[in-house]
Amino acid sequence: MPKVVLKLGDDISTDVIYPGRYMATVLPAETPQYAFADLTEFNAALKGKQIPAGSIIVGGNNFGCGSSREQAVSTLKGHHLVIVARGFARIFLQNGINLGLQTVVCPTLEASENDELEIAGGEVVNKNTGKRFPTIPLPRARQAIIDAGGLIAYTRKLLQERHSRPA
Amino acid sequence: MGMTVAEKILARASSRDFVKAGDVVEPKVDLAMSHENAALVINQFLEIYQGTTLVPRIWDPSRISIIFDHRVPAESPKTATNQKKVREFVLAQGIGKFHDIRGDVGGICHQILPENGYVRPGYVVVGTDSHTTSHGALGAFAFGIGATEMASVWALGTALNIEVPATIKVNVKGVFKKYVGPKDLILYLIGLLTAQGANFKAIEFHGPTIRSMRTSGRLVLCNMSVEAGATAGIVPSDKETLRYLRTEAGVKGKVELVTPDKDASYAQVIAVDVSKLEPQIACPHTVDNVKPIKDVVGTKVNQIVIGSCTNGRLDDLAVAASILKGRKVADNVRMLVFPASGKIYSQALAKGYIGTLMSAGALVMNPGCGPCLGVHEGALGDGETALSTTNRNFKGRMGNPNSQVFLSSPAVAAASALKGYIASPRKGAK
Repeated sequence: MPKVVLKLGDDISTDVIYPGRYMATVLPAETPQYAFADLTEFNAALKGKQIPAGSIIVGGNNFGCGSSREQAVSTLKGHHLVIVARGFARIFLQNGINLGLQTVVCPTLEASENDELEIAGGEVVNKNTGKRFPTIPLPRARQAIIDAGGLIAYTRKLLQERHSRPA
Repeated sequence: MGMTVAEKILARASSRDFVKAGDVVEPKVDLAMSHENAALVINQFLEIYQGTTLVPRIWDPSRISIIFDHRVPAESPKTATNQKKVREFVLAQGIGKFHDIRGDVGGICHQILPENGYVRPGYVVVGTDSHTTSHGALGAFAFGIGATEMASVWALGTALNIEVPATIKVNVKGVFKKYVGPKDLILYLIGLLTAQGANFKAIEFHGPTIRSMRTSGRLVLCNMSVEAGATAGIVPSDKETLRYLRTEAGVKGKVELVTPDKDASYAQVIAVDVSKLEPQIACPHTVDNVKPIKDVVGTKVNQIVIGSCTNGRLDDLAVAASILKGRKVADNVRMLVFPASGKIYSQALAKGYIGTLMSAGALVMNPGCGPCLGVHEGALGDGETALSTTNRNFKGRMGNPNSQVFLSSPAVAAASALKGYIASPRKGAK
């Protein structure tokens, strides 16, 4: 059962997730080293591979507000983290869907670090407190991108359909 | 039922007669803008074509604009190499609206697009920058997207799966007091709405104060709409939009204005009277932590920054110069000035603003994003405080998580530079 490895408050900005001074690094293969670079202990734990894939970061409202920088998503995706937040900022949520970062919108969530969370069937169950919290499904239009395996695969499919159509 | 400006623009771009908030559309894109992060867009764009027999071609290179501004001139070999790759791609794909690192046509993307007439009322504009909301000042529907979404736009020419946003209508009346203006209004509104108050929504600005506001001020409002979470900020286009496009941006030919229907439906209506508004300050570390200046007067500052896509325009430099003329920046304060474009820099030189600012002790830097996002120059020391006319004060924003940033108008920044602490330009003003 995945555990909460980091609990954060409201309005966590992309400057906190991926500080601007590392923005010259753009490739998804290279961004994971700078995840939460200013939270030095957490960053060290990530880089030291002490955080298992599927681990959960819990956020408050407006997670990922600020810049459109996609590094803020690829840096988390690179560590196979799951973000469960009360709410997300629009661009971050869209980038997450496009790149296949697992994001869960759970407006009433209550969880602490080290709690085990079960995410299934439209709810998050906090195994430590026994409390259950409903999740909000992503809009259907977004689901098509997820189902295709991300926006690159989805666009590739649309392009190929367009080119195979008789003119 | 009528349509808002956002609904009208998205309906037209999606070849529909009518759309309403919540509908999902795939609008044709009129203009797609990127800056240095075009390096990542290129990477994702080429990946789309992997495993296919198709040749990677941008759908319409004349509708792509790439502007170097975030790290100019390059601060590292890595950035310089990325910029080189982008230059080569621009050439190979025949991208037209490219602005390299130059003193004549260079500058910050959110100034370059308007001043070159690239944005028109009714356009759908996407940009790999959250402050793309700026371009709503010209009556466009303009919003920020990530690099992968931009790669998809480059390939297809459409933005996929866009949800038509509900709109918040803001009615503004009253005349600003001296040294109070658009920056104070938008900070006040962000404080009112909170950082997520307009998330997934558009903000439409109305009322006599907006109608009599110049495009430079409207750009400030739309630029910072994203700090309330807004997908887009929009000033419905009018006579002033036409004036700006014709006389400042050199646009010829037909321009169609887009206005909302009288019976358009709004999610929320907010009324603001600015006649009693005092200068507003966003305090660390969130943009919605807004206070009237009297609550923070006297806070010691180490660095003043005037510039950016928010407040680096000619009228911003003019007010700063008028306050600093014949006076000196306080000891132990660094004052950095970043004009928003080469064109503005030249105009400010001709008008004497640059000379005035330098004589006062300000350091005038090259146009670009400069210290705003903490990647390039003007970093803060541990425990230091900046007062800046930029748009964000998140922890670590100016390159150091152990520092703090306050946000204000250029008038407040200039008055504070003289004192070395946050000070009102209105002291003694009528």
